[in-house]
Amino acid sequence: MMLTELTIAAAQGGLRRREFSAEELVGAHVAAIDRLNGRLNAFITVTSEQALDAARRADAILAGGEDAPALTGIPLGIKDLFCTDGVRTTAASRMLEEFVPPYESTVTANLLADGAVFVGKTNLDEFAMGSANITSAFGSVENPWKRAGDDQTVLVPGGSSGGSAAAVAARLAMGATGTDTGGSIRQPASYCGIAGIKPTYGRCSRWGTIAFASSLDQAGPMARTVEDCAILLQSMAGFDVRDSTSVDVAVPDYRAACGRSLKGMKVGIPAEYRVAGMPAEIEAAWEQGIAWLRDAGCEIVEVSLPYTKYGLATYYIVAPAECSSNLARYDGVRFGRRVPGESLDELYEATRREGFGAEVRRRILMGTYVLSAGYYDAYYLRAQKVRNLIRKDFENAFRTVDVLLTPTAPSPAFAQGEKMDDPVQMYLNDVFTVPASMAGVPAMSVPAGLSQSGLPLGLQVIGRSFDEESVFAAASALERAASFTHRPAVRAEVV
Amino acid sequence: MSLDPATVRRIARLARIGIDESDLPALQRELNGILGWIEQLNEVDIDGVEPMVGTGHAALRMREDVVTDGGARDAVLSNAPDAAGPYYTVPKVVE
Repeated sequence: MMLTELTIAAAQGGLRRREFSAEELVGAHVAAIDRLNGRLNAFITVTSEQALDAARRADAILAGGEDAPALTGIPLGIKDLFCTDGVRTTAASRMLEEFVPPYESTVTANLLADGAVFVGKTNLDEFAMGSANITSAFGSVENPWKRAGDDQTVLVPGGSSGGSAAAVAARLAMGATGTDTGGSIRQPASYCGIAGIKPTYGRCSRWGTIAFASSLDQAGPMARTVEDCAILLQSMAGFDVRDSTSVDVAVPDYRAACGRSLKGMKVGIPAEYRVAGMPAEIEAAWEQGIAWLRDAGCEIVEVSLPYTKYGLATYYIVAPAECSSNLARYDGVRFGRRVPGESLDELYEATRREGFGAEVRRRILMGTYVLSAGYYDAYYLRAQKVRNLIRKDFENAFRTVDVLLTPTAPSPAFAQGEKMDDPVQMYLNDVFTVPASMAGVPAMSVPAGLSQSGLPLGLQVIGRSFDEESVFAAASALERAASFTHRPAVRAEVV
Repeated sequence: MSLDPATVRRIARLARIGIDESDLPALQRELNGILGWIEQLNEVDIDGVEPMVGTGHAALRMREDVVTDGGARDAVLSNAPDAAGPYYTVPKVVE
């Protein structure tokens, strides 16, 4: 049996039936990381020894009988934006190169309490700012997929959770945590042929997750099946008094929602997502998804979200503004990198020049400008008002439909070096994912098929606030219809 | 609206990010590119629209004014750049 090929759901059963041990399961993934991480660079920090120790403890618990928590012995990757007690947490930044948190984030604490084993901290765009995982201070991540007939060109895994997506796609971990501010779970999931959900804003605690844009940041799971995402979100989600934006509502049984019938579900197709210049293969994947949901018993309804086209521009005011405020704490004084200076201002300026990469510096400067005296109303306040109109678009649509179906990204994975000269071209990768982030509603990417070049394409299901169940139901129906069994060229079992 | 080099220098100063004169042309070009692109929001009619501050699902909560955490001196000091015994020391920040 190829242990690295199992789903989390299958491994849960296999561990409990003692078909294999947690040590064997974790060991198989650790061996795969040893062999492939030097190439893919999916992990910034690998914690093999801790993982194998945890696996042996998991085996002791599993040997004890029925009460083993749900994720006992399951090897996961953790995006290096979640603080992990005693394990270096860098945010892929030189600023935090040596930072070892003395505490555990709520999301990772929840996973640990459910028995999960962490095999390492996954690479990302610096401070989660990017769409290609090329801004990491620890080097870019290689997408394990290759274009058909071209095993040379290195493709990007998407971003910012690119290390998590690459690790799960290449079978270096069974699942991973991601964070999504404007598409950072969904777009890399689409580029790497896996599933990933950004839950409703407030569903997962942000406590202990390094902040980028606090009104948008939301943690979520990435895995190879919709059901595995449901299993992981079950553990990650929940109210937390330590996050003032955490919402105190019950977490339903997400796994049960995956098999739910779609009879009578109304699926909205937003006209505004048919953007000019959309590649025919993206359009075709979308049409195929519509047909699959119709066949599953859904009613397809054309809807309009007229403010969609302003989503990205609004995002690139709101997110940099919040980033400039959140990242003010990295000043070289109390923790993190320090570059000495003659005066205090020189210390600040030298530290922040050396500690931050070009994209992070650019976003801090943008945010500083749109919040500065004389420009606040023209940019930031206006963007907050447009954001409200975008949210109302979704509220209006969800009066008549249960979920929305769109493409996840406007293209398959592109090559390293493409789209890199102009920040605005890079930002356009998030055109379909940003609106749901602005509104705070849950959204999931699920693999739907391959492009003409043999690369995965994802479809996005967007739901009402706190109705991740309908999202899981529709996404699993798409997954069943697509029966996406394609695997990337670079993966654990390929020697 | 277009940023001139003096404005880029002023923003960098406000953000306390050191920039070299040689960085200025590229930064000015990139920031102006982004600003030019977000100008499209000017065509949106926002009369009477409330700004969206958060998603509004979480109500502000009250709690008892009691200590809920603490006794973690060594953990707090673990990332201090130059701790002196049990003290957290930093460069002089009040001039």
